[in-house]
Amino acid sequence: MEAQKFTEANKPENSEIQTFTFAYPQAELILESGEKLGPITLAYETYGKLNAQKSNAILILHALSGDAHAAGPDGWWSNLIGKGKGIDTDKYFVICSNVIGGCKGSTGPSSTNPKTGKPYGLSFPLISIGDMVQAQKHLIDHLGIERLLAVVGGSMGGMQVLQWMVSYPERISSAIPIATTLKHTPQQIAFNEVGRQAVMSDPDWKNGDYYDSSPPSKGLAVARMIGHITYMSDTSMTEKFGRRTRADKEPFKFAADFEVEGYLRYRSDNFVKRFDANSYLYITKAIDNFNLLNGHSLGSVFKGLKAKVLVLAFKSDWLYPAYQSQETVKACKLAGVDASYCEINSTYGHDSFLLETKQETQLIGDFLKAVANGNGNGNHT
Amino acid sequence: MTKQTHAIEHRIISSWISSGASILDLGCGDGELLSLLIRNKQVHAQGIELSEQAIHNCVAAGLSVFQQDIDTGLTEYSDKSVDYVILNQTLQQVKKPDFAIKEALRVGKKVIVGFPNFCYITDRFQIFFRGKVPVTASLPYEWYDTPNLHFLSIADFKDYCKKSHITVEYEAFISKNRTIRFLPNLFGEVGLFLLSK
Repeated sequence: MEAQKFTEANKPENSEIQTFTFAYPQAELILESGEKLGPITLAYETYGKLNAQKSNAILILHALSGDAHAAGPDGWWSNLIGKGKGIDTDKYFVICSNVIGGCKGSTGPSSTNPKTGKPYGLSFPLISIGDMVQAQKHLIDHLGIERLLAVVGGSMGGMQVLQWMVSYPERISSAIPIATTLKHTPQQIAFNEVGRQAVMSDPDWKNGDYYDSSPPSKGLAVARMIGHITYMSDTSMTEKFGRRTRADKEPFKFAADFEVEGYLRYRSDNFVKRFDANSYLYITKAIDNFNLLNGHSLGSVFKGLKAKVLVLAFKSDWLYPAYQSQETVKACKLAGVDASYCEINSTYGHDSFLLETKQETQLIGDFLKAVANGNGNGNHT
Repeated sequence: MTKQTHAIEHRIISSWISSGASILDLGCGDGELLSLLIRNKQVHAQGIELSEQAIHNCVAAGLSVFQQDIDTGLTEYSDKSVDYVILNQTLQQVKKPDFAIKEALRVGKKVIVGFPNFCYITDRFQIFFRGKVPVTASLPYEWYDTPNLHFLSIADFKDYCKKSHITVEYEAFISKNRTIRFLPNLFGEVGLFLLSK
């Protein structure tokens, strides 16, 4: 194992995690910012078998807090990916890698800087969604895959899908961007900024140099709580918690009496155990800086793209509202891209892309089948 | 509407379309017509549809389909960017048919419109003798549960085209699973028109 920060302790269960290291001295990755980064390790997992023609590979792209462990009993998208599921591992070779800047085995701010022998901390360069995708392209090259059957992801994973459509259009046969946007709006940036401020105001953060001491868990927990609120909907929170209170009230005046308070505390406490605060800063910044329309008109951004595209949005998602997906659809139409769009009825808010699996699974499964069989436009024989 | 009537409708529409054309079907349903046109005429097809289930079926057929309300317009399409825009069995269900036709004619070089004729002889009989709003094969809904918002006849539509300076290039009328020519406003169950402006 060449991964620097990856230990048995934080290895997800049932995973067969692998690593790929590249961008060695003289061949460092040149980031969008112009800075160089290397060597870079990517932690990744694969499910299913690559066929002889290497034509059945699907790349899964994870969201802010995700990792390479997409499938399997405790995989973050296990209801979509697996035997006989929407992304059927009996048919497809599924790859998922942790993004650069992450903390789940891929090189990020908590990794050791080979030049100093210490964790990067804030000396880690700012990374972008484009840099994440560039690193993934190196992994796909390494696996000997000329063309991916599909790239699939939701939220920040969806941004990476859109980036693939722009950066490497000739390397994909299809793309499924879910609950995502071509660029972050002020409201979306604002929520991320509150999260970052929470981390940075924790005295334990120490300008990102906390790896020898206790990490800024309180700040990161608050950031995660804000995140969770934006991932749910008014309806889903009412259904899940109502105004129910705990039976065993604590004497403290501001205890977590309401179930929703207990839930937020429990979820955020779990999160800080598995996530690095600096990674949270770097990744949310990459999301905020994402803007595919920078220097492009809506009609030119996907010009010439041959891949088939399926854009999905969810009615109750107020963090990434459907109008943002419709903007992606509009860009596809203007460019003459073979695209489809569906707005799935769901009450789970932004979390729908992980939870509303019945319709999502059916649409993705059928779409992939049509792509694999070459049905539809341009296939007349 | 019977399966045969649909098949005839689709056959006529297909005969009006040139090979390799670009098609936009407004209210494409399950995408039956689009699949047929891809197969027979090698067209480049796109559909617009409101129903989520219909979208699922189109995606499964490998079609390019967008969940969208036609009443909000086709703003993302530039003028004359599509060879044929199809409004088959859709016009009577949109809120603003006039707006839909104008948008279709703006975006499409040609427009194909198909609708059930409200002055078909059976409908007239039902109104005249039974004193009831007709429920027939081409208008199969009760008044309290119908997607149809507008009721028009073949004569009404021709008047509309004349008033709006729309050219009718071809027309066809279907009744009892065959095409007819004689007194279409009385004997035509369905009217089909190829329009340009």
